[in-house]
Amino acid sequence: MTGEAVAFWIIAPIVVLGAIGLVASRKAVHSALWLAVTMIGLAILYISQDAPFLGVVQIIVYTGAVMMLFLFVIMLVGVDSSDSLVETLRGQRLAAVLVGLGFAAVLISAVSRATLGEAVPVAELNAGGNVESLAELIFTDYLFAFELTSALLVTAAVGALVLALQPRVFPKKSQREQATERFRPVDGDLSNAAGLPAPGVLARHNAVGTPALLPDGTPSEASYSRVLRAREALEDEEGDQ
Amino acid sequence: MNPSNYIVLSAILFSIGAVGVLLRRNALVVFMCVELMLNASNLAFVTFARTNGTLDGQVTAFFVMVVAAAEVVVGLAIIMMIYRSRRSASVDDASLLKL
Repeated sequence: MTGEAVAFWIIAPIVVLGAIGLVASRKAVHSALWLAVTMIGLAILYISQDAPFLGVVQIIVYTGAVMMLFLFVIMLVGVDSSDSLVETLRGQRLAAVLVGLGFAAVLISAVSRATLGEAVPVAELNAGGNVESLAELIFTDYLFAFELTSALLVTAAVGALVLALQPRVFPKKSQREQATERFRPVDGDLSNAAGLPAPGVLARHNAVGTPALLPDGTPSEASYSRVLRAREALEDEEGDQ
Repeated sequence: MNPSNYIVLSAILFSIGAVGVLLRRNALVVFMCVELMLNASNLAFVTFARTNGTLDGQVTAFFVMVVAAAEVVVGLAIIMMIYRSRRSASVDDASLLKL
């Protein structure tokens, strides 16, 4: 066995395992981690097939950028949002698995019967360096496609901005309005004119989730973070466990 | 080493991705399965580049990666938008052609 074959037979099961884990795990975060395993394995397979540039790009673009983006969105959407197990169409799961198996059988039988040429030593193609040879192709034969991808990337970035932008529900308060609110409050109560107490003051922790303590040891209501209260992520009184 | 091993691996990965798209209801996981299918086709491209003795397959795989990156950006923005208006990332809930 050549080194390449050894690498293949070690990596291929890992890659398939990652793919199955992606489909089978209940939580979206686990799926993302399994997918990262698969993508790193694929990068190794690219490198062992004399495509070092693609292998590195795979790691940088996929496991680096794309998976981070996925994880960000999973965090935004909620880590523990898992799939509902109710079948909306009766027997859909079974049918999907059967179709998948049939599809795999067709693909594999067709592909394994095809006569592929004997593996040409790509080392000859990469004689001047893999990156240099690819660059030569991209900037000559594929120049137009390459230019188009730049337009595509710009469009995608602008499109994502437009989609992700949400208009303010309430107009932002100006500095003047904020100052007026603080020093000339509607109810005339000036006790907070010096600012609200910061969380964690005189308490055992200075974490933002720990309320400030008043001189008599009771937590101060005014020091609670509005966001944390909405998420019910505040610590107990005085930051005790 | 016989290059058709790689092609068979890529076919298996593609089928698993397709099954995932059919099975899963979380839009994010469906999206990841689509990424898996794109990756599987990339593996096939790289292998074909080798059996053909040209680098064109590698260039194509590179372009697929670029397009996939653009697709992920826009797709995730759409998922975020749907999540904002419906408070759910399930593809079952987005059954109307409007937000």
